[in-house]
Amino acid sequence: MKIAIVNYGVGNIMSIEHCLDRLGISHNYTSDPYEILSSNKVIFPGVGDASYAMKKLKNQNLDKIIVDIKHPILGICLGMQLLCKSSEEGDTKCLGVIDSDVKKFDNKNLKVPQIGWNNITELKSKIFKGIKENEFVYMVHSYYVPKSNYTIASSTYGINYSSAINKNNFYGTQFHPEKSGSVGEKIIKNFIEEL
Amino acid sequence: MVAKRIIPCLDIDNNRTVKGVNFLNLIDAGDPVELAKIYSDEGADELVFLDITATKDKRKTLSKLAKKISENINIPFTVGGGIKSLDDVSSLLRNGADKISINTQAVKTPNLVNEISLKFGNQCVVVAIDAKFVNDSWFVYLVGGREKTKIKLIDWALEVQDRGAGEILFTSMNNDGTKSGFALDILQKLSDRLTIPVIASGGAGTIQDFTDVFKIGKADAALAASVFHFKEIEIKNLKENLVKNNIKVRL
Repeated sequence: MKIAIVNYGVGNIMSIEHCLDRLGISHNYTSDPYEILSSNKVIFPGVGDASYAMKKLKNQNLDKIIVDIKHPILGICLGMQLLCKSSEEGDTKCLGVIDSDVKKFDNKNLKVPQIGWNNITELKSKIFKGIKENEFVYMVHSYYVPKSNYTIASSTYGINYSSAINKNNFYGTQFHPEKSGSVGEKIIKNFIEEL
Repeated sequence: MVAKRIIPCLDIDNNRTVKGVNFLNLIDAGDPVELAKIYSDEGADELVFLDITATKDKRKTLSKLAKKISENINIPFTVGGGIKSLDDVSSLLRNGADKISINTQAVKTPNLVNEISLKFGNQCVVVAIDAKFVNDSWFVYLVGGREKTKIKLIDWALEVQDRGAGEILFTSMNNDGTKSGFALDILQKLSDRLTIPVIASGGAGTIQDFTDVFKIGKADAALAASVFHFKEIEIKNLKENLVKNNIKVRL
């Protein structure tokens, strides 16, 4: 099986690589469109600023490649948000695979960014096979994807929001599975083996 | 809601974990990667690695160690000590660190906080502040507590928040190493004034101290070193006790 991690100069991918290494899954960190499109699974990482990340994707024409992927693809954190239509962060037009607008946490009683371990509930996809309701996963974010028909896991931080989404072959987790202990590793393993 | 975090801190000197009292008298406390694995298995929520000699010795960053840690553990970790430039930060993040912590350099070149935050996102910028209560005020200290400044703690915390810090790691030098509890009053003030999370450090001695730092000090996370290194408090037991006190933690 070919696994690609999208290289667009954004995101802390070392942890994802080490996570795959620990699971014994070989992978390829690449920005080559052919490699990405021909892989059986694609991981789309991302941290930092949405507008900066979109610029980096466009510079390498990867914005057009990603929406064309036919195999399962997993956007992580900012990677998930970029799959949406737009983000309030820098008023950014995103990839538009999923018809949601990414919003900023706006509650004066809450610390932003949300940093730490939060529960995931209403788990709805094979990517969560063997994962119990209310397990803890690690989140670091100031913006969130509202709940919709595409929500396959939800969490609460002031409001109830999407901690994972799915449409067709496109998957996204707001949390970092590669940083979420054994629960996260199981989710990555499911993504590779079950989808 | 997000859980309160328990963060063991590993002070690193020449690739060994060390622990001192009030920043002095260092004792060897083991291999950092081995300790990291143990803490991760015991239920630590994050880890912090601080190269305590880095600033004094002008040593460069801990990239090699970051890589080794990242290979071995699957929870987030922060690395600090002697970070001076965007290149230092980039190298640590590339080697698997999730966040970096800056302290002295943030005071010397405050713009570095803005630059790191712009380039890598504020989620990876922890500004560490060592402060001491002297003459009715909390003052910021630099170079591992060796150099006093005239900067007031809360002013500085608010400034770095504006500049793009994602978290504040506050160490009370009055409490550090004493095991007599965290500096609850000032922690509560800090937490009320800031809109970003506060990690409390300095003074952990008992399980009650952790309960207090979350309930009274309003901290988002609590950091400690020797009580964990010398097994005076076991993380799992600590967390079970916090749950009994209605504090949400990851079990």
